[in-house]
Amino acid sequence: MSQSFKAWFRKGDPWVWLNAGAVAICMVMVIGLLGLVAVRGLTHFWPHTIIEGTYQESDGSSYTLIGEVADEEWVAASRVRDTGVEIPADVKVVKRMLIKTGNRDITGLDFRWLIAENLSNVTTPADVMAIERREWGNFYGYLRQVKEGDQVVASGDEALPALKQRLERALDLFEQIHTIETGAIGAINYEQEQLRLKERSLKLKGKLSAAEEQSLIEERAALKERYQSLKVELDALNQQISRDSLVAETMGGKEKEIPLKLVVQIKQPNAMSLVEKIGDYFHQFWLFLSDDPREANTEGGVFPAIFGTVMMVILMSIIVTPFGVIAAVYLREYAKQGPLTRTIRIAVNNLAGVPSIVYGVFGLGFFVYFLGGSLDELFYPEAAPAPVFGTPGLMWASITLAILTLPVVIVATEEGLTRIPKSLREGSLALGATKFETIWKVILPMSSPAMMTGLILAIARAAGEVAPLMLVGVVKLAPTLPLDGNFPYIHLERKFMHLGFHIYDVGFQSPNVEAARPLVYATSFLLVAVIVMLNLTAIMIRNRLREKYRALEN
Amino acid sequence: MDELSQKLNKGDAMTAAQSPQKQKGPKTVDMDHVPNRLEEEEICLEVKDFELFYGDKRALHGINMKIPKQRVTAFIGPSGCGKSTLLRSMNRMNDLVDICRTKGEILFDGGDIFQRGVDVTDLRRRVGMVFQKPNPFPKSIYENVAYGLRIQGINKKRTLDERVEWALKGAALWEEVKDRLHENALGMSGGQQQRLVIARTIAVEPEVLLLDEPCSALDPISTLKVEELINQLKEQYTIVIVTHNMQQAARVSDYTAFMYLGDLVEYKDTDTLFTNPEQKKTEDYITGRYG
Repeated sequence: MSQSFKAWFRKGDPWVWLNAGAVAICMVMVIGLLGLVAVRGLTHFWPHTIIEGTYQESDGSSYTLIGEVADEEWVAASRVRDTGVEIPADVKVVKRMLIKTGNRDITGLDFRWLIAENLSNVTTPADVMAIERREWGNFYGYLRQVKEGDQVVASGDEALPALKQRLERALDLFEQIHTIETGAIGAINYEQEQLRLKERSLKLKGKLSAAEEQSLIEERAALKERYQSLKVELDALNQQISRDSLVAETMGGKEKEIPLKLVVQIKQPNAMSLVEKIGDYFHQFWLFLSDDPREANTEGGVFPAIFGTVMMVILMSIIVTPFGVIAAVYLREYAKQGPLTRTIRIAVNNLAGVPSIVYGVFGLGFFVYFLGGSLDELFYPEAAPAPVFGTPGLMWASITLAILTLPVVIVATEEGLTRIPKSLREGSLALGATKFETIWKVILPMSSPAMMTGLILAIARAAGEVAPLMLVGVVKLAPTLPLDGNFPYIHLERKFMHLGFHIYDVGFQSPNVEAARPLVYATSFLLVAVIVMLNLTAIMIRNRLREKYRALEN
Repeated sequence: MDELSQKLNKGDAMTAAQSPQKQKGPKTVDMDHVPNRLEEEEICLEVKDFELFYGDKRALHGINMKIPKQRVTAFIGPSGCGKSTLLRSMNRMNDLVDICRTKGEILFDGGDIFQRGVDVTDLRRRVGMVFQKPNPFPKSIYENVAYGLRIQGINKKRTLDERVEWALKGAALWEEVKDRLHENALGMSGGQQQRLVIARTIAVEPEVLLLDEPCSALDPISTLKVEELINQLKEQYTIVIVTHNMQQAARVSDYTAFMYLGDLVEYKDTDTLFTNPEQKKTEDYITGRYG
């Protein structure tokens, strides 16, 4: 017996099992994490069934309840008893349900935990409606009337088609208003600010001539005129959009009038067929990807955060790649190998282990305040005391992350450089090429796959980083994207939004935890997806390069 | 350049290969009369009291020899005897070794190549080198040959096309690759790769070709092709070849030098060295008693 065990041991089987076990645990953890995030995040967009039932409070009173079941859990009865709810003594565990009842403006809270036992007469009426609003969260209730001004135009069965038609018009108007406000009026504001800066800059230099002053006044007048005409248009639109409203009955039997300009969408999920639900699911998901956030980030989409994340990562890559490659080339090709280069190499490798918040503090102190402050003094004296670059922004965030990921790129590139066979260097030198030509024409192209590996690791690290970004440029809500139609189009000094920070903000800083929770999962899933996408792009480029420079495998 | 074009005109192979160089100038060497004696040869490279150290270790002990122009000179000897080191000194490839120092001189074109102020890249262009293992760049066949030309600043497409074709014909490779010039050179066979490397080297029109065991990584048929090529090339280039293979030295070379432990033991025309060696060590080596 022990003989055969020894033989089994010596053959190496336990070793193989150990290896396989380690891999299996890794796989389970990764898949588990991704699965949790994906399931929790992605089911959020599914149109939930709305239930109606009678809930009996422990004091005997009861009321009608309308809402979505957001969560269910079993808890120990003693815990529930502590909160003052009466539970029969023989019951050990009770089922609790989290119901999203919406109507925050009426009842004050939009989520409530209920004892499942006490909920009776549960039905799913087909005509109950969920109304997503721009303020106060969702509304649940029954549509009663559609009004134009004070006039009731439709009620009863005719109300729904009339509402749909009028809502379409209202959404269309809202879109127009939004375009004018952010596009045209935004551009006027921007130009006005530029004019102000121009005037101040001329004044500071003492070169403000009468002619220029005149032209400034004229330009201002032109801008004002443009603004006035837009204002008139906007007022007209605002008046039009305020025309209609709907009247709905809440679960308490109260009637509530909701102006259509505050409605994002309406739906009756209980009446939806499966195909409609699937269509709605993808529509909701698309809104999440493409919309701006609303209501302190607990509603709406995350488009600015996706945009900010991708843009920052691209900028970071543009900065870190040349910098890291040049440093690696010097360390490996030109510097004399000795104790000094070894020390530098160890130092560089250790940089990768410095906590990222330290980079954030460094970026804030050195880049933002010192470099940015100096830049402002030199180039933007007219903007003072408002900082231009002397405040956290996209550029500083990208540079800070570039420094953070620099060691990864240097190490990977060096690795690639050492793997290039000596015979190729000699071949090039023997043809009369200088060392520089050899590096530039043979060695760098051949080590490009290694550089891409470095870049892939850098992207993976940078895209998921949050702590330093909070100090050097990411904000909870950025009013404008760092890329727009106003010259010079890319605004590196602007603050931006980031998916990682968004997760933190929504998850831990949100005023409405229950509403935000599914968004945390959805945003996490999105962040992972964005990182995977960025990485896949880089991996594809690397594989192309590898195919091209296969020599290393020979 | 003039001297080179004269060389090019003499060779039959080169006429066939349509050298882009124009014909001018008289012949300098009479090909019908091949002198067997070293003293009668025109000298291309002269090694004078040349010593080489790797750190404290002396790898070459005072070598003196003259490499004749437009002949094939072979270096033979057991491993570690310094023949490759000597060869690599001739275009200063040993500079790449940090701990390497030299003493004495190697005269090329009237000047010591180790003198200060010598342009090493120009020297290496004029004294080309082919290595033991084929080392084509991971680029297309065309770009491999054009590499040295581009380094020299030749970027005109027509000139490049002509020179690439000429070099590939010179290396007897044109017929095999003319339809796939823009395919990756790494897809060629080992023998083709080695001839490509030779084509790449002659594309920059060197005066001397240093071949460091060019056939040791090749199969017999490829070896034969490279040897034929060497025979053709010697009409235009001075060739120095290091080889482990004594039959090969006997087949391709006009002169042979036998080296042993950093010394030049014997150096004379190939026939005499192999049939009637003067030194005991040489005889022992060529009869296979050690090595």
